[in-house]
Amino acid sequence: MNYWSWETFADALPFVLQGLGITVGLTITTYLFALIFGFVWTFLRRVPNKPFNWIVTWAMEFIRSTPPLVQLFFIYFAWPMIPVVGVSLSPFQSAVLGLGVHFSTYIGEIYRSGIESVEKGQWEASKALNFSPVDKWRKIILPQALPPTIPMLGNYFIIMFKEVPLASTIGVQGILLMANTYGARHWAYLEPLTIVGIVFLLLSYPSAILIKKLEIKMNTRFDKKTVMDTRVNA
Amino acid sequence: MKEPIVQFNDVHKSFGDVKVLKGIDLDINPAEKVAVIGPSGSGKTTIIRMLMTLEEPTSGDIIVDGKNLWKMEKNGKPLRANEKHLRSIRGDIGMVFQHFNLFPHMTILDNCMVAPIHVKKEDKLEVKERAVQMLDRVGLGDKLENYPSQLSGGQKQRVAMARALVMRPKIMLFDEVTSALDPELVGEVLEVIRDIAKNDDMAMVLVTHEMDFALDIADKVLFLDEGVIAEQGTASQVIEHSANERLQTFLHRFRKV
Repeated sequence: MNYWSWETFADALPFVLQGLGITVGLTITTYLFALIFGFVWTFLRRVPNKPFNWIVTWAMEFIRSTPPLVQLFFIYFAWPMIPVVGVSLSPFQSAVLGLGVHFSTYIGEIYRSGIESVEKGQWEASKALNFSPVDKWRKIILPQALPPTIPMLGNYFIIMFKEVPLASTIGVQGILLMANTYGARHWAYLEPLTIVGIVFLLLSYPSAILIKKLEIKMNTRFDKKTVMDTRVNA
Repeated sequence: MKEPIVQFNDVHKSFGDVKVLKGIDLDINPAEKVAVIGPSGSGKTTIIRMLMTLEEPTSGDIIVDGKNLWKMEKNGKPLRANEKHLRSIRGDIGMVFQHFNLFPHMTILDNCMVAPIHVKKEDKLEVKERAVQMLDRVGLGDKLENYPSQLSGGQKQRVAMARALVMRPKIMLFDEVTSALDPELVGEVLEVIRDIAKNDDMAMVLVTHEMDFALDIADKVLFLDEGVIAEQGTASQVIEHSANERLQTFLHRFRKV
């Protein structure tokens, strides 16, 4: 077994893990960006203006139908070259913007499904009680719309975590780029890339289990309350 | 003569090509209890939904306490009412729905407190006292911390009434509030309405199929048929002395069931 060296493995491990902070940091930053920007899409789509609505829907469709890698390249390489509106961003900033906007379109759809699942009667009751638009969303609609979306939002966290290595292509020094760099320097790719695989497995598998648990908890939330209460009464 | 608190002037409403209301003229006096009866699809519910600002009339005016509900003026120009205008009037009106529409994520006490606190900006302790009192009045003083999912339909509807009453509206609307209930639960809800009708001085509009009950508590009965008010008057005028054939058929069918 001379193609695999535990020595190289041990040597590559600390080097590759130097990128872990960036990988995790980029995932979390991008995710938060997507969570917030998802709301922007959701509310833009609700503006009661047909042409405007059409533009927003079309923009979302466009962003979803083009590969995130192409979007990253565009933001990092092409955007700065456009006169006047061109802005030059760091690799990390470009990745947050590119991946964040890309995934925000999916997250916006999740919010939308949550909002649409709130019964019509809840909107009417909010109106009958004369809530301001802000209070209606804050007190009545979102507290009902968001909890059921938490498992789906969790899934997107894992999906995004696995897409974040795309950022290595524009020079974000996460674990993949570190592994690649190590490989190029020592002409040894097997060990560092194996490490990358293991790290992703170790992080995403437990998260997936956690989300599964969360999902089960969400699904039984209202039932449980009833069950517990009858027990108290009995 | 006192000013009516609600006036409908030639109000029409269409949904697409379907004309539901074809010219409604109606006065409701303060503290007056009005029952709206009529066959399904006659537009009964639409009348109170327009008053609650849930539907916009196709034409005509609805005047609430002297203010035009669906129209406003800006720099002397008549305009369609915006949300701000509607909000300024809507506070006088409360509504109880057929399907209760309680907020499922809040306890029943919070259901009754959320609007007075956030909409009317009232003092929390004062609101709580009033909400507890009101829930007590509808017979649910022992369920304050329960969630709506833990209640029966009749209990939910009584909470919905308490929730509307805590807002102290000048006009209360009841939209077929017993239609979604199991028969054995109807009585407890009607008792609460009877209590409100007897002891509170707000105007009430009841859309209902509980004919005997409506006739019992109403000062005025409207018989709505094919989008117009076909008959109106006191209960005895409408029921016993009306020559309207369709009304007699309608009542007859009801009495038989």
